[in-house]
Parts: sequence; C-alpha cells; structure tokens
Amino acid sequence: MSTTQATRSTPTAGPSLQQVTALVAGREITMRLRSKSFLISTAILLLGVLASVVIGGFQSQQGVDRIPVAVVGSAQSAVAASDALEAQSAGTEEEARELVRSGEVEAAIVPDNSADNGTGILVIADDAPPADVVQALSLTPPVELLDDSAENPFLAYLVALAFGLVFFMSAMTFGATIAQSVVEEKQTRVVEILMSTVPVRALLAGKVIGNSVLAFGQIALIAVVATIGLLVTEQTPLLSAVGPAVLWFVVFFLFGFVLLAAMFAATASLVSRQEDVGAVTSPVTMLVMIPYFLVILFNDNTTVLGIMSYVPFSAPVGMPMRLFLGEAQWWEPIASLLILLASTAVTIVIGSRIYSNSLLRMGGRVKLMDALRGR
Amino acid sequence: MLEVSHITKSFGGRQVLTDVSFTVAPGRLTGFVGGNGAGKTTTMRIILGVLAADSGSVLLAGERLNADSRRLFGYMPEERGLYPKMRVLEQVVYLARLHGLSTREATANATALLEQLGLGERLNDAVETLSLGNQQRAQIAAALVHDPRVLVLDEPFSGLDPMAVEVVLTVLKQRAAMGVPVLFSSHQLDIVERLCDDVVVIAEGAIRAAGPRERLREEHSRNVTELLLDGDTGWVRDVPGISVLDFDGGYALFEAEDEAARQRVLTEALRHGTVVDFARQRPSLTEIFTEVVR
Repeated sequence: MSTTQATRSTPTAGPSLQQVTALVAGREITMRLRSKSFLISTAILLLGVLASVVIGGFQSQQGVDRIPVAVVGSAQSAVAASDALEAQSAGTEEEARELVRSGEVEAAIVPDNSADNGTGILVIADDAPPADVVQALSLTPPVELLDDSAENPFLAYLVALAFGLVFFMSAMTFGATIAQSVVEEKQTRVVEILMSTVPVRALLAGKVIGNSVLAFGQIALIAVVATIGLLVTEQTPLLSAVGPAVLWFVVFFLFGFVLLAAMFAATASLVSRQEDVGAVTSPVTMLVMIPYFLVILFNDNTTVLGIMSYVPFSAPVGMPMRLFLGEAQWWEPIASLLILLASTAVTIVIGSRIYSNSLLRMGGRVKLMDALRGR
Repeated sequence: MLEVSHITKSFGGRQVLTDVSFTVAPGRLTGFVGGNGAGKTTTMRIILGVLAADSGSVLLAGERLNADSRRLFGYMPEERGLYPKMRVLEQVVYLARLHGLSTREATANATALLEQLGLGERLNDAVETLSLGNQQRAQIAAALVHDPRVLVLDEPFSGLDPMAVEVVLTVLKQRAAMGVPVLFSSHQLDIVERLCDDVVVIAEGAIRAAGPRERLREEHSRNVTELLLDGDTGWVRDVPGISVLDFDGGYALFEAEDEAARQRVLTEALRHGTVVDFARQRPSLTEIFTEVVR
C-alpha cells in the first residue's frame, strides 16, 4: 500500500512556526475570499468611494453659475467688470423691469444719476434684495492670510469623516470576522485537533495576520481607487493635500488593526457560541466606535485631536487628521507609531495568553481573570 | 512504545487523574475503557499535549514528548469537529499540511484515505453537507492523513453504523500491522473485547486494570465451569468443594474451590450420562469491568 512508503517519507523536522502561521493565515484568506457576501460588500464599498470622488469632482469643475441680469445703457460697464454676472442687454428700463418680473433674469441693473446714489447704478429685483448680485457688483478689498496652509473647514470635516468611516467600517468588519472565526473553531470543536497539531500562538498569529492582510488590502484598495478617481477627475490639488495623510493613515491602520484583531480574538475565545460573540466583544467594539465619533465631533478641536493622535486606539484616525490639518510636527507620527507598536506587542502577549487558556473551555463564558491566570 | 508514566492532574482543586500509568505497545490495539468522567479524555488530551499534566510524563520510545514528536501523532478528539464550510478533501489536506506534509503528499494521502473510507464520491462537498456518519469518517481521515507513528482515538466508533465500524476497524488494524501503537477509548465494551489486544481500565481517575486482554480475563476468571449433560445435574451441589451458581435441568454453572474438585465433577458427570459440554468460563470484559471499577 502506498501509505507504507508515505510513513517512511514523513519528514522528521516539523514545519516551522512561520510555515504553520502562513498556512493558517492562508486558510483565513481563502475562506474569506470565497464568501460571496464579503466580495459583494467590498465591491459596494469601492463603488461608493469611487462615486463620491467622481461626483465631488464634477461638482467642483462646474464652478459657480453666472447670474443672469438685465442691463440698460451705461450700466453695462459696471456689469462687465464682474465675472459672476451674465449681462443681457435691455433696450429700456421698462423692458428690463419686465424681464425681472418674468423671472428670466435675477435682477436688472440700470443707470441712476440721482444725487444721493454715489454708484451711478440702480439694482432692480423682484421681491427680495439680490445679495449675490449686489456682492458681485461691490468692490472687495484683497485679503492676505497669515496662515494660508490651513484647510477649509468643510473639506477638513469631509476628510475626518472619510478617515473615521473607513477605519470604523474596516475594523468592525474584520474584527467581527476574526471573532467569528475564533468561535467557529471552538463551536465546531476543530480547535482540539488544531491545538494537538500546531502551537497555539501560530494559530492566533495566523488568524490575526490573515485578517489583517485582508483588512489592509481593502484599505489599500480604497486608497488606490480614491487616488485614481482624484487623478482622473483632475482634482490634483486635493490629492496633494490629502495624499500624505492617506499614506500615514494606511501605515497606522496596519498596526492599529493588528492591535484590535488581537483583542477581538482574545475576547471572542472566552465564549463557545456565535450568539455570545456580540456581547463578549462589545468592549472592543466600543474602542472602535469612540474614535469615529470623536473625530467627527471634534475635528476642529486641536486638544482633542492631539490626545487622540497618541492614544493607540484612535491614533490611526487622529494622527493622519492632524497631519492633514498641518498641526503635527514631523516627529509626532513617528512617536505615536512607536507607542502604537509597543501597545500592540503588549496586547498580543496578553491576548495570546487569554486565547490559549480559553480555547478548550467549552460551554459557559470563561471569566477574563481565569483566562489570564490560566486556571 | 508509548508510555504514560505517573500522570496526575487536577482541575481547580478536584483531582481527576491520580498516578495514571500504562503502556501502548507498537503494533497492538489498546482499548481504553472507563465510565463517563473516569478520566479517559483528560488522559488522551495530556498524551497529545493539549492539556498539561500537573506531574508525570508521557514517553515515546523512552523519550519525553515534545512538539516535534507529537506532530507524529494522529489524534481524534472526543469532541468531533471540522470546518463546516470547507470541502472534505481540502480540509483533510489542510490538516495534513499543518503536520508538515507537502501539498502533493497531503493531496495524495488524503485522496487515498478518503476513498478507502468510502468518501471518494464526496471529496469536493462541503463538510456540512455530509451525514454525521460520513463526517465521522472524514474525521478519521483527518487523524490518519499524515501517516502518524502513534494513534490516539477518543471513541472512534461512537456514532458509526456497523458497516462503517468494519471499515474503520480495517483501517486501524492496517495501521497497527504497520507497527503503530493504537490507543482508543470506547464505552462499547463488546467492540473493545472483539478488537483489542490490550485493555486499560480506568475508574475515578485511577488505572484499575491494564494488560493483554486474555491475561486480564485469565486473572479475573474465578474457577467457574459450565456443565451441560443429557441428564439431570442436580447431584452437582452434593460434590464437595463445589458451589453451584446456576442450575436448570441438564445445565449447571458451578465454582470449584480447586482443580481437584472440578475434576471430581467431571468424573461424576461421566457416570451420570453423556457430557455434552464441560468448559471453563472466562469472564467477559463487561464482567471484569464491573468487577474492577466497583
């Protein structure tokens, strides 16, 4: 029988920790990529990103519509000076009034030489003073900004929303995936075969790496799609403003997600049924949600952002935001990244302890302290 | 030779294993029997290194087990489980690769084994679509796919129909014939009696009996003989040194205090008529079991 030969050929040196970890990670990725719901939700997410970039691009290209106004006689010269107005000649003042009444133009501009009118023109509108027309006709003194690197608040809000949302969604999706995958192995009891075959830390590492690769891949894909979208719709100024922040975001996300993934895996290992995953991982879910709300509510508050950019859980959102706003010194992202790396390492050590002590405890929820002590 | 040596284990102050020692010889099927909660699963988990013993050791060929030597074990846990969404072949190949086989070796072994176990038609079906009996076969394939040097199977026959029991039995015997020590637990004592070369009995966390099946039966046999005669056997109770355990017309079951007393019955029986049957009765495993765990 062929198995006789195979027995002889069984290798005496076992697979290395890295090889086993790679196998576990590979399985996580393959099984995930085979799931239709995952592929569909990723496609929707990418389309959403692309659509918002492209639509944003069209809107900015259309520019401001010129306001149609009727002009009579010598008032022509006043209107010609403004590029916000679209002049339409009218023969007489009466004709011009008629155009305003019919709604064809926003306002009529006629010469007025009465003594109390220094401008020499009169604006005639229908039922409300046309502020935009008046503004277009006014002389505006030039403005000099002392700090012209500051971003416009609306754009800042959008970028904050984008960082917050992308981090929140990816962390939640893949956090939930990793938690489910841990409990699946406990619930189906396959974990006992796995534990008798490979070291527990390879199992945990494989899971965390596999899901981190997927999460990171999704984020990178989003970044690429957004960049291509910005390039195609010729929004290069926006791209150069957001670009470096996005790069930092991707780097921070990578380590920030590993931190969260280890926490999701460790907490999920405390329970044995899918129904209990939500409850047991809710403290970790909170840690994901808090930075999302903070960055949306406080994206103009330098103190809050400053703190956020150093707390490991919110740094992936907070630090890129501060970089985008130009508030961070060059060394700050590096310092924050080091803090993140250190806390990730500590979390992995504690997490793998909880994980390996809880895996064989079926049934009820394992108490966190018991899992830590290994009783 | 797999050697379990003085294993002690307690969970939160409750002693579950006390000084457990036994051996599993190469090429022999060793049955591990005990009631629910006797400590079978805990012992097997300790052998596989899934649990750590408080004291004692597990040796293979005289050497303490480590991660590398345990990789050569095949294990089927009592709690069955495979990934429900993975395909059967893919699943078994994955487990083989975790044991260090190359993709090619793993695929070849897994395919051959699954075919032998009667799952050749279902290789690419998801595990969750299989019947429980077939999932059990897949589970056995998972335990054997890397051609283990030692097999530890927790209740491998529970949940199998008689046909499947035979299929699995053939596979296990084949492995034993190749010189693999095979330890399996079962609460189906009739199966153990039929299959095992050696038996280990555990109760309340302690080994109560261990050794070759026939030797155990010998050791635990009281001097009980069955007599079948074509006439009445009522006279047997009057033979000195004999106590009759059961009696019915031409049938008598008696215990003799020594061989001389037994021979006296035979001589007497020949005078009373034709002896149809005169045989020493050895206890069944069930009887030994109930006796030693008492």
